[in-house]
Amino acid sequence: MRRTVRDTSAALERSPVLTALSVTTIAFSLFAFGLFGLVALNIRNALQQVEERVEIRAFVADGTDAESIAAAAGDISAFPEVQSVDIVSKDQALARARKELKEFSDVFEAGVLPASIDVRLKPGFRDPTTVDRVAERLRSYPFIDDVRYGQDWLVQLYRLRNIAGVAGLALGLAFAAVSVIIIGATIRMAVLARAEEISIMRLVGATDGYIRRPFLLEGFLKGVGGGLLALLLTWASMRLVDQYLNFHTVFFSASLAALGVAAGAFIGVVGSAAAVGRHLRGL
Amino acid sequence: MSAADVSGVIRFDRVTKEYPRSGTALQEVSFRVAKGEFVFLTGPSGAGKSTILRMIYFEERPTSGLVRVSGVNSEHASKREVSKLRRRLGIVFQDFRLLEDRTAEANVAFALEVTATPRAQIGPKVSRVLTQVGLASKATAYSNELSGGEQQRVAIARALVNDPFVLIADEPTGNLDERATRGVFQLLREINASGTAIVMATHDLDLVRHADFRTIELNRGQIVYDSAEPRAEGA
Repeated sequence: MRRTVRDTSAALERSPVLTALSVTTIAFSLFAFGLFGLVALNIRNALQQVEERVEIRAFVADGTDAESIAAAAGDISAFPEVQSVDIVSKDQALARARKELKEFSDVFEAGVLPASIDVRLKPGFRDPTTVDRVAERLRSYPFIDDVRYGQDWLVQLYRLRNIAGVAGLALGLAFAAVSVIIIGATIRMAVLARAEEISIMRLVGATDGYIRRPFLLEGFLKGVGGGLLALLLTWASMRLVDQYLNFHTVFFSASLAALGVAAGAFIGVVGSAAAVGRHLRGL
Repeated sequence: MSAADVSGVIRFDRVTKEYPRSGTALQEVSFRVAKGEFVFLTGPSGAGKSTILRMIYFEERPTSGLVRVSGVNSEHASKREVSKLRRRLGIVFQDFRLLEDRTAEANVAFALEVTATPRAQIGPKVSRVLTQVGLASKATAYSNELSGGEQQRVAIARALVNDPFVLIADEPTGNLDERATRGVFQLLREINASGTAIVMATHDLDLVRHADFRTIELNRGQIVYDSAEPRAEGA
């Protein structure tokens, strides 16, 4: 291992320009992928925030006694899809309407708005079909006058989410493929730059494993270096966008950032193994 | 000669090599090289000299027939066995094949470093062989600071540093002027005199005529003359 480390550091020192070029190319390939990932992450977050606002409102008929409403609320909260249930009295409904629609606050009079049972669903149960199913169950209570949840709006939201998901996956795969191809070509270039050295190594009796090991370590280090640089560039870009366009962008979590760097290292190692293997087979 | 000498450190038994595109490179070639022997391979370009040399260090394998080098045979040799064998062979080329970004001593040390020789042994071994080839004073020179003859001496030093039992030389004087040729050939003679077998491919018939060594002449992939074998009747 010590010999591999020594050979690798000697190889990197001998060709600093090529090393810098490799790391920069890997960094920019991953940077492009990182920017895409950041956009995808923020779109997903935005949609998730909208999705969290999905709420079913079941309006209670006037004159229904509080015990029946409380019993129904307890019953509803036991549904497996339900996250929370709030009972909103007529007074609370009025206060909410006046607060949300300030310009029409004079229009609302006491007793105009009905009481309601507001139901929020758990993540994973906010799709139109599930929401519709829960709404139907709420309608089955005899004292429920009407159930509303913005059906049209919810269908549009889910269509947008699906389009974003498929487009994101396709674009993500395309970006990843381009990154792998560029990184592979960069590593192949580094291997070819040392073709003479590799051929002499074989002639004097170095095993393929011995020849391969420093290249693998080199690929790993370049991948990690490129990954860290890409992360830094992505972060700096995010800061610029936030500063000049007044956005509040969400950055990758620590584990996602670590995964990105690990992906760089993985591509570096696999790319090196493929490039050296191909070269050794061709000798 | 001992029994081992007679059986040969290198044996070619009815070796044929065919390439899919260029056709037959060697046809039913058989010969043996004894321990400490000096053998010239001669013949026109494309006669098969380099193919024979590449087979000795297992860069090529026969299409049919068998090559044996110091107990390693072409039918069963694994990659690892080939690597181990090459550590006991010395190989020299017409174009020297030195690493230009390294000094003479670094080029020689390279052959030891990649074969996991302990670091403490590398320095003394490199000094010994550079002295042997007459380049002790140019140990720190880069290859582009050396003449062709000197570069070939560095290549020979690199080939010698693992104490090979055979030195394979493919046109080692092909790029050298007459004076450098004489110098390099004299060095090869000295190496041979110390017990290392040498198989040398060459076009330089003057060199062959003036040296009293075994000569194998090839033409179109076949041995047409071997000075160690009696000439056929009417040949």
